[in-house]
This record gives sequence, structure tokens and C-alpha cells, in this order.
Amino acid sequence: MTDVNAPGAPAPRSNPDREHTEAEHTDRAGVAGDDAPEPAAARASGDTPTPADQDGTATLLRLFVRNLWSANTVTVTVLAVVLALVIGAVLIIVSDPDVLATFGYFAARPSDALTSSWAVVSDAYANLFKGAVVDPAAVRAWADGTGGWQPVFAPISETLTYTTPLVFTGLAVSLAFRGGLFNIGAQGQATIGVILAALAGFLLPLPPVVHLVVALLAGALGGAIWGFVPGFLKARTGAHEVISTIMLNYVAVYFLTWIIVQDGVHAPDRTDAISRSVDGSAQLPRLLGSDLRVHLGIVLAVAATWAVSWLLDRSTFGFELRAVGANPDAARTAGISVGRTYVLVMVVAGALAGLGGSNMVLGSTASALTPLVVAQIGFDGILVALLGRVKPWGVALAALLFGALQAGGNRMQSYASVSLELVTVLQALIVIFIAAPALVKAIFGLRAARAARLQTSMAKGW
Amino acid sequence: MSTVTVDDVAVAVRPGFWTRERRVGAGAVLLGVVAAALFGSLATGADARFTFSEDAGGASVAVNGTLGAVLFGLVAAAAGAALLAGLRARWFIPLLGVAVVGVVLSFLCWQVSAAPAGQNFMPLVNIVRGTFILALPLIFGALAGVLCERSGVVNVAIEGQLLMGAFCGALVGTMTANAWVGLVAAALGGALISLLLAVFTIRYLVDQVVMGIVLNLFALGLTGFLYERLMQPEAARYNQPPRFEAWPIPLLSDLPLLGPALFSGNIFLYLALVLVVVIHVALFRTRWGLRTRSVGEHPTAADTLGVKVLALRYRNVLLAGMVAGVGGASYTLALYTFTKNMIGGKGFIALAALIFGRWSPTGALLAALFFGFADQLATYLSAINSNIPSEFLAMLPYLATLLAVAGLVGKVRAPAADGKPYVKG
Repeated sequence: MTDVNAPGAPAPRSNPDREHTEAEHTDRAGVAGDDAPEPAAARASGDTPTPADQDGTATLLRLFVRNLWSANTVTVTVLAVVLALVIGAVLIIVSDPDVLATFGYFAARPSDALTSSWAVVSDAYANLFKGAVVDPAAVRAWADGTGGWQPVFAPISETLTYTTPLVFTGLAVSLAFRGGLFNIGAQGQATIGVILAALAGFLLPLPPVVHLVVALLAGALGGAIWGFVPGFLKARTGAHEVISTIMLNYVAVYFLTWIIVQDGVHAPDRTDAISRSVDGSAQLPRLLGSDLRVHLGIVLAVAATWAVSWLLDRSTFGFELRAVGANPDAARTAGISVGRTYVLVMVVAGALAGLGGSNMVLGSTASALTPLVVAQIGFDGILVALLGRVKPWGVALAALLFGALQAGGNRMQSYASVSLELVTVLQALIVIFIAAPALVKAIFGLRAARAARLQTSMAKGW
Repeated sequence: MSTVTVDDVAVAVRPGFWTRERRVGAGAVLLGVVAAALFGSLATGADARFTFSEDAGGASVAVNGTLGAVLFGLVAAAAGAALLAGLRARWFIPLLGVAVVGVVLSFLCWQVSAAPAGQNFMPLVNIVRGTFILALPLIFGALAGVLCERSGVVNVAIEGQLLMGAFCGALVGTMTANAWVGLVAAALGGALISLLLAVFTIRYLVDQVVMGIVLNLFALGLTGFLYERLMQPEAARYNQPPRFEAWPIPLLSDLPLLGPALFSGNIFLYLALVLVVVIHVALFRTRWGLRTRSVGEHPTAADTLGVKVLALRYRNVLLAGMVAGVGGASYTLALYTFTKNMIGGKGFIALAALIFGRWSPTGALLAALFFGFADQLATYLSAINSNIPSEFLAMLPYLATLLAVAGLVGKVRAPAADGKPYVKG
């Protein structure tokens, strides 16, 4: 703890006694009685208050620095990402035979092993960044006129494209979480959503704007149906939603592989399992020209985030939902119909996941059904919801991070030949660390803080 | 099933006429009559032959397709009627079995008799053997679930444990060129995922289902990553695992039908069957089993009596990982080389088998065999050009489990403390 606080502005120690009490005081404010204040550690934090800088800015700065290294949400999240990247780096090194060979004579020439390790890891992560945020080479090319503006914004566009469906599925999972339900079925709901959206997209002959709206609604309807089933079963029979949604995920997958090859759905000129393409009139328009893939879906995703946030915090249904999630028995006593709430929560969550699925076929990722058209968005949505602390805007940010990892991972795979699977590992690791803030706290010696625990501990059993 | 619904309370107070047996009986009658009418009318007059061999030859039983479909459907309906009439509870399972088998046979009579000429036979040896092979990972996985969940830790990470076992088995087996070392490595690989599950759920109190889901993705990413980095470029060095050959058991393997199907398998088949028996006996007849079950039902009470709740949970979760890891190796050390995501959802069917088998080892075995049979049937039906889409047969395990948890086929109840972290004090 003494080391990690060293970056705090060193100031002359003029009044140790006074500092002691001051430190204890702020500690109590920041920690909210969670842990006993540690005077010794606090004293070492360095920002000694002298009579001269007793004004508000110094206190604010000091508070900021003190709280920065506590186990709050932001710090834990950032450190979880760092830890995941470190483990990812180890994986990159141990899975590279050439680098591993240099470790064979580590004792003789350690510099070889270290430089080659650094080279392979920095190459991978540099490409991860260039693929997700911005490529400096493209910026330079644009600046001296040899390149257009599109390559500069291409990484962001890719990131947003991957972000879009994750926002929807993440919201679907977190909304259910807030209502006390663990919706593992976002994958299945998205699958049924993608089917209905695609069917509406190529079977219905409709004018442009109407067609898109109908296709999106069809996708939402599909997801809502697939969410209704576990909600209804939970309300009527007590069937645990974790089990029923897992089962429905697989039913949906087999339904998808079946329907692709049916007459009228299967692409007539293809022999492999792929459906007809969605009409152009039902596709989400691209926002930045045809070269960049980012499409209207991201706007809808932001709107959905706002809507869910409004629903949770401002509407009667949101209040009932949170009441049921916090304590179903108390909610029932207060006159809220728990069963009805469960069904409604799952229907809304399913509709959101269905919209996420629709994005996979109406957006720029694909325009036809294939067995893998939904990718992993439902399962990733669970991770996104956890990372976003099941709050709507948190989910949106978490989806952005995951979208960036995905987009960067593609470049990492093609430029640094580090498999895209590393992204899955990183995502899982980040969430593992997020889910156990106590571990991150112990590793980095963070101060305890309020609200560090993931507020999703369902722990209700089957 | 911790949620007590209004229905439960009502049933407890007033049993009424529509008991579980009667409801299931009514369903069986309906299903049997529909089977007799529908399958009977669709079946052809050709004979449906069930041969006791791997091909059309050898001893066989032949039934006229239409007759068989109607007859077996009516048998199922009769079993349902007996349940409806209100027989004693101990007849429930046998009669339910008769009803299910009747409907399946009625269906088979239709399908086999309607197959193209020359293919109107079903080689039972192939079917039984295929059922067991397909059920193997499910049996191991479901047993892993039993070990975990009986001691109160939900194991959604079966998929990840199987995958990690398959991967470690293939990797270490290839590098050492020794299948036994590979088997040990597979067990340790499964235990690694279990260790993470145990530490994070027991020590850090992370929600068990959340952790299970995340660990599945972790295992998927990790094995996929190492597969693409190591195994794909240099398959000869890292991904040509040695195989356990079939070990026919003397005498028993000469039995008709069961001999070639069941007693000529490899070590994994025998291991799975032995494990089912061992875990069943251990769970219900030993001190360890009593303690495990008490920790799963009421950890506080167990703690009061001096059982070390957390230590027992750690131990059982690790054991479960080893069992599942061996199950994963039943792929890579007997059948295939490792490929990305090669478990492909079997872990979740194993979870379904665990629930469908009501958290008991023997129940899990039967459920796993039923699911394996559905899987094998899909393969068989597509081989005889059936018009039944294989996708719908593949849905069967999941739909059956959905019905089971919805309480339509009797009530399934998890161990009471399943999924609840135990905090002392």
C-alpha cells in the first residue's frame, strides 16, 4: 500500500499529527466504515496538508487520488483489463514456439528471450489497438494527402459495428438481472429474432422504410416469444429460468439450421446452408458511406439504452421489476404480481435480444441466414451485462469495450497472426476479475470501497 | 426449484384427483392413441426387421409395419390407462417406461417399414453401440454435475471441463505418446476449470451460474487459442493423440446383441459404467455420501455437526472436474483428434441429463442413454432417408428437459442448498 500511493504529490511533512487525523477523516469518508482506517498507510500516502494548501482544490485532489486507488468500480474495471492483458501476453508468449525456444537458453542470454517476447506481445497488442481505435499510419497518410479519411475512421466503424448487437443482448441480460432473473437465453432469443427478421426481410415485399421497421419488429417479436416461454414457465410452474433458457437456446439453434434449408428460405443457387439475402429495402442504412460498415443500428442501440434506463428508473413497471428483483416475497406482499412481472421482464428482455439478433442480418455483418449468423452475441451479452454492472449505460460502455476487442482482434489475427480466440480469453478473464473484486483488491493492494461488489449475486440456486 | 409457487402450496393441502401419476397417465394415453393412429396410418405393410447384428444378416425380429405401429401405440396407451386408473406409486416408473418404449417402437415400426426397399431393417447392435458412444461424454458430464450439485455447487461449467479435458488429453497424450499419461492430464485439465470454479464461487462468493458460464467461454477461448497457435501448425507434435483400443471382455463379449455393443468397448465405456455404480454407492451408502448430501441440502446443519462444509465442497468440485476431464478425453484419446469447440454443447446436454435424471447417478445414466439414443436415432434415420428432419430429433433432449423442469413429468427438485454459497457464522 505504501508503494502504490507513492505517485501522490510529495509535500513537505510539516505537521504529522494533524495529517494523521486528516487522513483518518478522509479515510472514513471514502471507505464508509467498510474497513478500519490504516493510519500508517494513510500517512505514507504523501499528500500532507500544510496550512498553506488547506483550500478546496487540494482537498478535492487528495480525495481523488485516495479514491483512485480504492476498489471502486472504475479502478477495478481498469485493473481487471490490465490483468487480463497480462495473462493474454503470457499466453501469446508460451504459444509461440520461436519465442519459447529463446527461453531454452534464458540463463545464457536472457536478453534474447525478453526482446523476442516483447516483440511478439507488443506487435499483437499494437495491432489490437490499431484495429479497434485508430491506426497512426492512416492518420499520417490522411494528413499528407496520400490517403482518404475512410481508413482513419475504419477502426472506429468496425468497433461500433461489433458493439451494436452486444448492446442489445447486454441490455436483455441486465434487464432480466434487475428483475431477479438470470437470462442465459439471450442467445436463443437472438436466434429466433434473427430468423424472423430475415424472413420478414426477404419474404415480404414492402416499400423501403416500412420494410425495415417491419423486419426489426419481427425480430423483436421473435425474441419476445422466446423470452415469454421461460418467463411463463417460471411464473406458472417455478421452472428455473437458467435451465429453461439453456434448453431453449439449443432448440433455437436446431430450428435455425432446419429452417435455412427449407424451400422458399434456402438460397436457390447455393448448395451450402445459406438462406436468401435480405432485400435492400430492409437493411439498416450505413452511416458513413458504403466503405465503412457502421450502420443505423448503433443509433438504435443508444436509443435502446436510453429507453431501458428510462424504463428501469422512471416507469412503474421498472419500479415493480426492481422490487421483484430485490425481494419477490416483499413485492408480492406489497401487491405486485410477481408472476406477471417475470413474464413481462422476459418478454421485454427477449425483444431486446431479438433486436440484437436482427442487427446481425439487417446490418452490415451479414445479409443472409447461416448456421453461425448469430455468432456468440447472446453469451457475450452475459459478459457485457456483468462488466457493465447491469446498469444500462454501463452495459453500453462494456459493449463498446467488447466491440473494440472484437474489431482489434480481427486485425491482430490477420496482421500479427495471433488467433482471434485470444479475444474470447481476454473477455472471459476481464469478467472473472470483475466478478471477484476481492481478488483484484488483494492483488493490487487496493483500499476497500463501497459498491465494489458486483451487484448481481443471484445465488438463489436452481 | 427454490421458488414456491401457489400451485405447490395448493397441491400440498389438497392432493385432488389429478395427481402427478394421473396427469402423466392421461398424457401417455393420448400419446399412445395418437401414435397408433398416426404412425399406423403412415406405416407401410412391409415388414420392419430389427436385426441383432451390424447389418441386414443374422437373427432378427420382423413385424408388419402397420400392425406393429398400431400395436405398440396401443400398448403405450394401455400403460397410460393403468396409470390413469390410479395404480400405486411404485408402478409409476415401470409403467412410464412401458409407455415411452411403446411410443418409440411404434414410431420405429413406421419409419423402418416406410424406408426404401432393401433398407427395412434396423441393426440393433449398431444402434445400441452408437447410443453408448454418444452417451459417454454425457454420462461423465452428468456425473460431474452430480458430484458438484449434491454438495451445493451449481456446475454449469461441465462444457468447459469436458473441453479442457479433451484438449489436455490430446496435447499431453501426443507429447508423451502415452495414452495413460494423456488420461491423467485430461483429468487434471478438467480439475483446473473446477479449481477456478471452486476458488471463485467458494472463496470469493461469485455467483455460481455466472462463474460457470464465464468459465465455459474461458475454456472455449483458451483451447481454441492454443489449438490455432500450437496444434494446427504442428499437428504431428501436438495433436495426434494415441488411442485406447477396444478391450473386449472375455465371455461377456460373446453374448448376442449386448456382447458386441456393450462388452467390446474401450476403457472409457467401462469406466463410465463403473463410475455410475461407485458414485451411486458412495453417495447413498457411505459417510462421505451422507456428508455430501447434507452439505448440499442444509450446510448450516452439517456444519453444526462438525462437517467441514467448504473443504468438502472444494474436494467434490475438484473430483467433478476430474470426472468431466476424463469424459472429454473419451473423445480425444479414443475417437478423434482435437478440434476447436469439439464438445459443441454436449456439456449442456449433460446438464440436462443431470436434471432430467433428478440429480442421481443412475437417473443421470438413464437420461444420458436416452439422449444418446435420440442422437443415434437421428443418424440412423438420415441414413435411411427418413422424412423426419434430424434437427427435430436433436431438439428432443432439450424439449424433454424443458418439460421435466416445468413439472409436466413429475417434479424435479434440486438439492436445497444448490447454488447457495455458504458463509460460516
